[in-house]
Amino acid sequence: MAKIVGGINVTHVPYIGRAIANKLQQDPYWKPFFDGFPPVRQWLAKVKPDIAVVIYNDHGLNFFLDKMPTFAIGAAAEYNNADEGWGIPTLPPYQGDVDLSWHMIDSLIEEEFDMVTCQEMLVDHAFTIPLELFWPGQHPCPVRTVPICVNTVQFPLPKPARCFKFGQAIGRAIESWDSDARVVVIGTGGLSHQLDGQRAGFINKEFDLMFMEKLISDPLWVTRYSIPDLVELTGTQGVELINWLTARGALLGEVAKVHANYHVPISNTASGLLCMEAV
Amino acid sequence: MITGKQKRVIPGTTMFDGDVARKGYALNKMCFSFNSAENRAAYLEDKEAYCDRYGLNEQQKKAALSLQVLDMLAAGGNAYYLAKLGGIFGLDMQDVGAQQTGMTKEAFKAKLVEAGK
Ligand SMILES: [Fe+2]
Repeated sequence: MAKIVGGINVTHVPYIGRAIANKLQQDPYWKPFFDGFPPVRQWLAKVKPDIAVVIYNDHGLNFFLDKMPTFAIGAAAEYNNADEGWGIPTLPPYQGDVDLSWHMIDSLIEEEFDMVTCQEMLVDHAFTIPLELFWPGQHPCPVRTVPICVNTVQFPLPKPARCFKFGQAIGRAIESWDSDARVVVIGTGGLSHQLDGQRAGFINKEFDLMFMEKLISDPLWVTRYSIPDLVELTGTQGVELINWLTARGALLGEVAKVHANYHVPISNTASGLLCMEAV
Repeated sequence: MITGKQKRVIPGTTMFDGDVARKGYALNKMCFSFNSAENRAAYLEDKEAYCDRYGLNEQQKKAALSLQVLDMLAAGGNAYYLAKLGGIFGLDMQDVGAQQTGMTKEAFKAKLVEAGK
């Protein structure tokens, strides 16, 4: 059966893509963010995943309001990145794993998570930037991928308790796949930030740090909150942290922290990084 | 089950729910089209005609042409799509944040740094 080697949660601001393109990793503004990644890359070199299941939210590249799935999964041999309109370099295609995708679709729908299935799917910065941070400059990316997209755009969003259970079902799907593949689960987005409204620029460091802590020790803590609670506590886009919670659910059981980093601000966002492995 | 419609009020914050998504559909659809470089160029060529092609109402059109983010939000715009319109004009998230909070860009950036302390 396939093995989940661990999980990594990380922020996905588009301008990170520009900073990478302009080689600003050592620039004083960016350094505290980029310095978080070498320990994660060392861990990846040690655990050697073959496949990354990436849980993220689309920002209007693949999905629009004409059809907005709550949970969608890719089932393609290849995923393309494309122009999102901000002049950030478009990255080369990512290899999929169609067998794992369809196994996950079968398993998730059997567990009553009725996925939207996508045999074509564009992947935006929320998918590409984390992979670029973990495997910098490696094109093609050295892991095969399965994208899982969670709606954080149009309310109602899936509530935290549901996301955690969804993550657990993802974990069981991966671990029931008849394969010797090693799989890393990645959750992207957050942490606290708000781009829109008079409250733009809202950041809640205290909550973010508590959330990162609890994700290790007591992930059910987060499920006490509703989506409006999370918007109030972390901002209209901070709510993307439900992708972190989903990824944590997929790790099934106790985890230990491998590495964490937290830095404010990157663009308007509190940036977080949390690498976990099963104990 | 949900009974009645009680909306959570969070000051300075709009949750992009069904009511807003209905209201803002044309504006957001136009912004979604700006993923294409060709469409971005067409917008710059004749903004009003482009708005008309997407069926923006007067409120949406006025808000889009003025690039006033709070007005675009009031007209049903969603931050993720509006960012693509802002991108055409080289507005970054600190420009947009400063504009909405009535601060200078420097003051807005200082506020972000302060939030990290
Ligand atoms: Fe995002």
